[in-house]
Amino acid sequence: MPSLCRDCLKETLPAVRCPHCRSPRVLSHPELMSLTIAHMDCDAFYASVEKRDNPELQDKPLIIGGGKRGVVSTACYIARLKGVRSAMPMFQALKKCPEAVVLPPRMSAYVEVSKQVRAMMDELTPDVEPLSLDEAFMDLGGTQKLHGAPPAVMLARLVKRMKDEIGITGSIGLSHNKFLAKVASDLDKPRGFSIIGAHDTADFLENKPVRLIWGIGPAAQESLEKAGIRTFSDLLRWDQDDLIARFGPMGFRLWHLARGQDKRRVSANTPVKSISKETTFSDDITDRAVLDGYIWRLSEQVSDVAKARDIAGRVVTLKLKRANFTALSRRISLRDATQMTDKIYRTARDLMKQVSEDSAFRLIGVGISDLIPADNADRSGDLLDPDAAKRADVERAADSIRQKFGKGAISKGRSLR
Amino acid sequence: MKISIERSALLKAVSQAQSVVERRNTIPILANVLIEAEGETVSFRATDLDIEVVDKAVAQVERAGATTVSAVTLHEIVRKLPDGALVTLTDDSATGRLTVAAGRSNFSLATLPREDFPIMANAEYTSNFSAKAAELRRLFDKSKFAISTEETRYYLNGVYMHIADSEEGRVLRCVATDGHRLARIDSEMPADAADMPGVIVPRKTVGELRKLLDDDDMQIAVSVSETKVRFATPAITLTSKVIDGTFPDYTRVIPQGNTRKLEVDAAEFAKAVDRVATVSSERSRAVKLALDEDRLILSVNAPDSGAAEEELAVAYGDERLEIGFNAKYLLEIANQVDRENAVFMFNSSGDPTLMREGDDTSAVYVVMPMRV
Repeated sequence: MPSLCRDCLKETLPAVRCPHCRSPRVLSHPELMSLTIAHMDCDAFYASVEKRDNPELQDKPLIIGGGKRGVVSTACYIARLKGVRSAMPMFQALKKCPEAVVLPPRMSAYVEVSKQVRAMMDELTPDVEPLSLDEAFMDLGGTQKLHGAPPAVMLARLVKRMKDEIGITGSIGLSHNKFLAKVASDLDKPRGFSIIGAHDTADFLENKPVRLIWGIGPAAQESLEKAGIRTFSDLLRWDQDDLIARFGPMGFRLWHLARGQDKRRVSANTPVKSISKETTFSDDITDRAVLDGYIWRLSEQVSDVAKARDIAGRVVTLKLKRANFTALSRRISLRDATQMTDKIYRTARDLMKQVSEDSAFRLIGVGISDLIPADNADRSGDLLDPDAAKRADVERAADSIRQKFGKGAISKGRSLR
Repeated sequence: MKISIERSALLKAVSQAQSVVERRNTIPILANVLIEAEGETVSFRATDLDIEVVDKAVAQVERAGATTVSAVTLHEIVRKLPDGALVTLTDDSATGRLTVAAGRSNFSLATLPREDFPIMANAEYTSNFSAKAAELRRLFDKSKFAISTEETRYYLNGVYMHIADSEEGRVLRCVATDGHRLARIDSEMPADAADMPGVIVPRKTVGELRKLLDDDDMQIAVSVSETKVRFATPAITLTSKVIDGTFPDYTRVIPQGNTRKLEVDAAEFAKAVDRVATVSSERSRAVKLALDEDRLILSVNAPDSGAAEEELAVAYGDERLEIGFNAKYLLEIANQVDRENAVFMFNSSGDPTLMREGDDTSAVYVVMPMRV
């Protein structure tokens, strides 16, 4: 059975320890050298970047997220041992792990690291499909001749380089389609490398819960459960027509996924569809002026990501959650796509004005979507707002100051509200 | 109620009514037209609660009365009847049906009680004057393309009709803008209009009003209050709420100091813009104008789909200038020119550009450039 040492990258025979370097991290799988579709997922990405930049945090439980009532964006593996999970409300996380260090996210640093990782992936194959800053699909089919090594070796080399050169770790899932590659990358985190081959797919999926499928959230789970579907084995019992009749187009996909089939290609051209930022308040907020401060700061964060990726959005969305957890969202299409904080903020502010109720809100979010390359954005001014051009100049100038002297070097008074 | 009416007269009246009713509405009676017959006239009234139109037609009224019936259905039926047919509408209050009969065709339509039909409250009009249909048509036709559709700036969703001071004295003026382009159209101030309050006439009203203005010499009775505006011909009365908001100070927007003058045949210019814009599939297609001594080069460069260039002979005597515009905006303003050459006044590639027809300042347009 083909085997590979993940530390010295030498191909070996199946063994408990690598005969060359004595590392216990030896991978063995009958299809190891023939599978080509991979999913790479950085381990506790935000936390890893923070720990890399501040070694003092290395052995401490670390949570990235905001505020008393915000949610956990990322928890490091030490915090996870205590039961802290992503998307867990912060107060709950701190109950489980009171000694944790909590840091607010530093998006620009993560974007920077993400770009470095992306560059390494781009060296492996042109077919890299990023899903977010810290994960991506790769199709290494047909690259073996070019690299002089099979995909598995190149992927092991990629995570090794990420650790050696960037200082963060990642986990690899290697399989014969995207669905299984993504499932696999999650099997053995952190620093995992899991393989689901074509021959062991059926065995692997048997009795696995359907929530394994990316995109099956609590709501979809519930509707599946109503149909008596909890596991892949349950799914297998359904006819394709019945699944389609009951679940629509999703039924068709489910039928294939139940058999471990996923025809979607890894496509470098599936760009991000939207950029959004939201925050949950420690206490519900009614005061419009305070909300306005949040709108500004969130617009700034959205704009930062858009600028880092050289994209702009034509649609601005404002999202609110009332104290009773009901949600409210307003969106508007702009004539001219934008990536500027000022424009995103003013548009979101106008949307906020349309919200006539004075409810207390627990969450606010700002986002842009319908994204296009930044070259084609912010191209024309507004006749009725002749100062907009000046404000845009100010923003560009402030951006370059921040780039040179750091994020806190200059900011609007508005951001302090 | 029982009336007989000639098909074409009925069609005209009903088609105006059915265009006012909202296709999707939650109040059933708003889909209906109120038909009232008395004396020798029958009137058709429709409303969406913001606009009300009443169309009167001469008919043979055998039995006076009133009822309401689906405007769209009635319109469809009448439209499909043969030309020249005599249509009889009979209301049977016992069955709650309206019978539409013409030749051998017979229709029975569900009705709703006339008492439930909302009648728009009458406003205290502070200003009443009369204007020629041709004048009003020019004011609204030339400005309506610039009306904004943006909901957040709802006060731009109409044409601002008001009295203003121009170089030619006091004028009746219509202004519309969406922040990217602006149209300012003047016409002679009608007698008695001096005290008219400025009002923002909503987009839909502008569309409905247009149907009253086909006959050049028709005198339109205009009534204006702070909250409502009314346009009336002897046959049709259109009443509309106005947009409750303040129209921005547009005078600041109209550039005064633009000195670089380009004069070009508007039709040739529009055709050339349209041609070069073909290569771009973007939603906001940018066209670049490169100006040099009596020469204009229009170009579009769309990296994904192609490039195009066209040269035009023009009158231009200033420094070289390169400036970009949204092709659609340029086309729209060029299409407003109907008699003379289009005169563009530029400042720099980042400043608003002014366009007018020859030396005529009674219609000026402003368009914001775009980075190319």
